[in-house]
Amino acid sequence: MQADWIWGLAGGLLIGLGGAVYLLGNGRIMGASGILGGLVDGSGRDSARERLAFIAGLVLLPLALMLLIPAKADTHLTSNAAVIIAAGLLVGAGTRVANGCTSGHGVCGISRFSLRGMVATVFYILAGGLTVAVLRHALGVI
Amino acid sequence: MRLFLAFTAGGLFGTGLFLSGMTDTRKVQGWLDVFGNWDPALAFVMGGAIIPMAIAWRLAAGRKPLAGGGFPAPARHDIGHRLITGSVLFGMGWGLAGLCPGPAMASLSYGGWGGALFLVSMAAGMLAAPKLSVQLDRLAARA
Repeated sequence: MQADWIWGLAGGLLIGLGGAVYLLGNGRIMGASGILGGLVDGSGRDSARERLAFIAGLVLLPLALMLLIPAKADTHLTSNAAVIIAAGLLVGAGTRVANGCTSGHGVCGISRFSLRGMVATVFYILAGGLTVAVLRHALGVI
Repeated sequence: MRLFLAFTAGGLFGTGLFLSGMTDTRKVQGWLDVFGNWDPALAFVMGGAIIPMAIAWRLAAGRKPLAGGGFPAPARHDIGHRLITGSVLFGMGWGLAGLCPGPAMASLSYGGWGGALFLVSMAAGMLAAPKLSVQLDRLAARA
């Protein structure tokens, strides 16, 4: 689709707006792995309700949009369960070890010129690019 | 107030992820495919998201959050082995399936069994992270 970059830009602006509301409203950094991780391991028990409210919005708005724009509601995720489990484990462990993911280190970190955010972003994009290159072009499995 | 603002922020985040194509693993893997048939569209997502966020950081200076409390501590600039190794592991998983944590949650309603399996595996990985971090610290101390 030729208009892909317009959707990308519009969606990106909304993502940044969400981060701005979370920062200016609640004084918190909008990092998806941190918000969920604090619930999973109990480290964010003090702010559990706030985290759950954030996740409720994050899940329910796409649910409503799915009914309006069904064409976009498809993840095209692989049906290979082993790949899904391996990827999930890597994403979960990696983001918690690095203390951030695409939203926390990427969007919120880079926008305040955080060296950690920029370095993390360079490394996860490089690792992702190499993974796709090896699996798609060398091995032909994804 | 705090809960309403958190819900609003999550809703904006989810709407943006949905519209931008970040929950479409084919698009994400196409964007990560820099050595093949690269699809640049998702670069606009990160670029677009950084603009309002950079303004928000400016506005935060010298103010207090709307719902009370304080702002996050100033950005840290220390680059440790955890940051690097963790980011590499995360990137490998991101390339493998095309999902990062935000989109994995945002697509819960239409991601099917695969999306749910990814979320459960991601939570398991999160639980394993503290032990992995300690092991990595030991390896780094030996190196």
